[in-house]
Amino acid sequence: MQRREGLAKLTGRERYVDDLPLEGALWGMTVRSPAPRGRVSAVRFRPDVNWSEIVVVDYRDVPTANEILLIERDQPVLAAGYVRHVHEAVLLVAHPSREMARRAARAVDVVVAPEPPALDFRAPPRPEQIQFGRDNVLKRLQIAKGDVEQALARAPVVVEGVYETGAQEHVYLETQGMIAWLENDVLVVKGSMQCPYYVLNALQHALGRDERRVRVIQTPTGGGFGGKEEYPSTIALHAALLALKAGRPVKMVYDRPEDMASTTKRHPSLVRHRTALTTDGRLLAQDIEVVLDGGAYVTLSPVVLSRGIIHAAGPYACDNVRIVGRAMFTNAVPFGAFRGFGAPQTLFALERHMDVIARALGLDPVELRRRNLLRDGQSTATGQVIRDGTDRIAVLERALALSGYREKQHSHAAFNAAQRSQRRGIGLATFYHGAGFTGGGEVHLNSRLQVAGLPDGRVEVLSANIEMGQGTLTVFTQIVADRLGLAPEEVVIGEPDTARVPNSGPTVASRTTMVVGRLIERAADDLRHRVGLDDRARGAAVKDAIMRWHREHRGEPLLGEAVYERPPGIAWDEERYQGDAYAAFAWAAYVAEVEVDLRTCTTRVIDFVAVQEVGKVINPTLARGQVQGGVVQGLGWALMEECKVENGAMINNQLTNYIIPTSDDVPPIRVAFVENPYPHGAQGAKGLGELPIDGPAPAILNAVAAATGADPRAIPLTAERLMEIVERTH
Amino acid sequence: MTLSIGFTLNGKAVSMEADPAERLLDTLRYRLGLTGTKEGCGEGECGACTVYLDGLPVNSCLVPTYQVRGARVETIEALDPVQLGPFLEQGATQCGACTPGVVMTALWISAHPELLETHTVRELMAGNLCRCTGYDGIVDAVATTIGEVGEGGRGKGEA
Repeated sequence: MQRREGLAKLTGRERYVDDLPLEGALWGMTVRSPAPRGRVSAVRFRPDVNWSEIVVVDYRDVPTANEILLIERDQPVLAAGYVRHVHEAVLLVAHPSREMARRAARAVDVVVAPEPPALDFRAPPRPEQIQFGRDNVLKRLQIAKGDVEQALARAPVVVEGVYETGAQEHVYLETQGMIAWLENDVLVVKGSMQCPYYVLNALQHALGRDERRVRVIQTPTGGGFGGKEEYPSTIALHAALLALKAGRPVKMVYDRPEDMASTTKRHPSLVRHRTALTTDGRLLAQDIEVVLDGGAYVTLSPVVLSRGIIHAAGPYACDNVRIVGRAMFTNAVPFGAFRGFGAPQTLFALERHMDVIARALGLDPVELRRRNLLRDGQSTATGQVIRDGTDRIAVLERALALSGYREKQHSHAAFNAAQRSQRRGIGLATFYHGAGFTGGGEVHLNSRLQVAGLPDGRVEVLSANIEMGQGTLTVFTQIVADRLGLAPEEVVIGEPDTARVPNSGPTVASRTTMVVGRLIERAADDLRHRVGLDDRARGAAVKDAIMRWHREHRGEPLLGEAVYERPPGIAWDEERYQGDAYAAFAWAAYVAEVEVDLRTCTTRVIDFVAVQEVGKVINPTLARGQVQGGVVQGLGWALMEECKVENGAMINNQLTNYIIPTSDDVPPIRVAFVENPYPHGAQGAKGLGELPIDGPAPAILNAVAAATGADPRAIPLTAERLMEIVERTH
Repeated sequence: MTLSIGFTLNGKAVSMEADPAERLLDTLRYRLGLTGTKEGCGEGECGACTVYLDGLPVNSCLVPTYQVRGARVETIEALDPVQLGPFLEQGATQCGACTPGVVMTALWISAHPELLETHTVRELMAGNLCRCTGYDGIVDAVATTIGEVGEGGRGKGEA
């Protein structure tokens, strides 16, 4: 099936939040902190603006609790006399003219009495920099299996390495935006978001409104990648506060520089590996330390750290594993959800480290992985026994065959000997990604979903899960149509509107197709039962029964419903971090081929093969597009995307100097799927959205190492950074 | 100060007063209600706001409205959707925010196939940033509209 809303998007008819007409609306703007830490000693309104025309909101206008509700309640909606990061929101202004609102925001001086900020998450904080607990550690987590110390002491070989990754900006093409207005006594907030119920909860909490007096509606969302998981609560609260004070609709849409400077990024990381092996490359122990930069508020960092450490030991069998992780408080703009959610950082470190090990042992990187990849019946770092029937060696072999790995190794040797300054190399990464929420998260979410039978015989999916480009509308349509034997046009996907749809959970964590899709199947079955049919009824029989029911129950809603049920045999111990961390994993092997110009140290990826096992592929075009897009986003993170920061502020907050890949920077991304249907996912599907960003960075850096003989251990591997390494190497 | 200007928009005459600093992008979106043209970066890097000015693709965020005086402006709203089949088939749109700009550039390339004697589709599309597709779907769609076999990689990597 083709993308359902595709033609509307191709013709420009799709209406995003900034496209909605809004009579009598004001434009809202944000006044932000100029300093990374300190007391707000004064807020001065310069006289060149007529302030009687401007609506102004500060923290005293927050009716109930000046807290953005998430895991902790440490982040204020608006700074109350103290700021913890540059660009922290201090004041809001609104005016009917966007230009006047912008001018007013610029005419406010926030004066901060500076205090010493903590700006380097890698360095232990000095006493005067401590602002969270005793040591600025936001969260500590640990995984332990076997006896690591003993294995390290006895091992014939121990290989160590330190790996670093930088912040990454999402660059969803549609910036953050929200509109808010009062409809009678109901506050309506509408905008670009991944999680309508997160926004609803945040509004209820800070504004002291029960759910009958707040309503959140998602507008078609122009990309999210995690950047619209938690941040939309902030801008929604800001728009709502202005609308409540003004008594008029308020629209806030960030321009690109504001969005890049003040919203979340991928957590920077530092990962240390100490690995014990036999001389023929079998893993004896993995000792891993993971440190993340959390930024100035807790936000989602504990969960990002959790996913990071769960993935840190990779898809390998090892009897002795110790992973210790911590997320650090710093006075940086808070880091947040970004596709992969901690796993790309730890898998970069691990998969780069596997090649470092291979070089140290004089072993082929493929062989090292082949010897250690999990076989069915073996267990992960958390002790989760894998027995899903996927042949992970076959996934690897497929990637090697499709990429021509061996042939290219030979042809590269000849090429490199013949060329003066061009060097080619090939590299790989084998990895996995857990689908759905981490640990007991899905049980905790307790997602609920409805499928309604409409009076005309069509059916409507009522879910809080949203379309942001990844294909929710199309895949949900397919799932219902296949389940009930209907035509796609007989399926309606309801607008995610918290006044109408139950909380089927956030649109994150590669959970929508696998977890929510399965709820749709079960709710569709329930709908069939409610009209007196069994699970074999399809097509006209279903439609007729729905119409008959409505003739007999005029005006009543006909709703099939499903609530999340944990798949059998899954158990997780949150205290000890032991057990089944995910109901299912997707598995992958990616191969990158690069050409490096030793004169300029620019790296060009000239071929890329992505092979993955994601259960059953429901829509091949959409699935392929997810992989290709994820790979290119990963390529950008690996080679070019660098957040340059000075005194806690991003200084390249423009697309002119924060460089993301163009069509001319990337080769065709060659995609193949190995299918092994997962019995508890919709139509046998597992999660897919995040997996593709885990593999590109290590595969590409391994290829650069193969091409140049250099040993890069940090990304982004920009030309400047590679030049330093190459000059040191030769 | 405002300036009186007249221009042709999607085949119809338009006359209006415009501030000298007003961007064509804002005129189209906020004053004329043509919201198909999107803002992605506001500085000519991403191409989401691409329109045709006298037949040539330009970034409308960099064009002051007064400069289109007497000119011919065409936006995504004027395009014939019949041409868009390959874009749907190849998965050339995901979130859709870059898409109108991508389509404007892509159809301009397919109307000027002589450009492909000296440039690749990937070079010609490099002024339109997309964060979702990885570009293969877009490149393949353009190749299909000009009757070429896809260079995006379709088929090559599949068994």
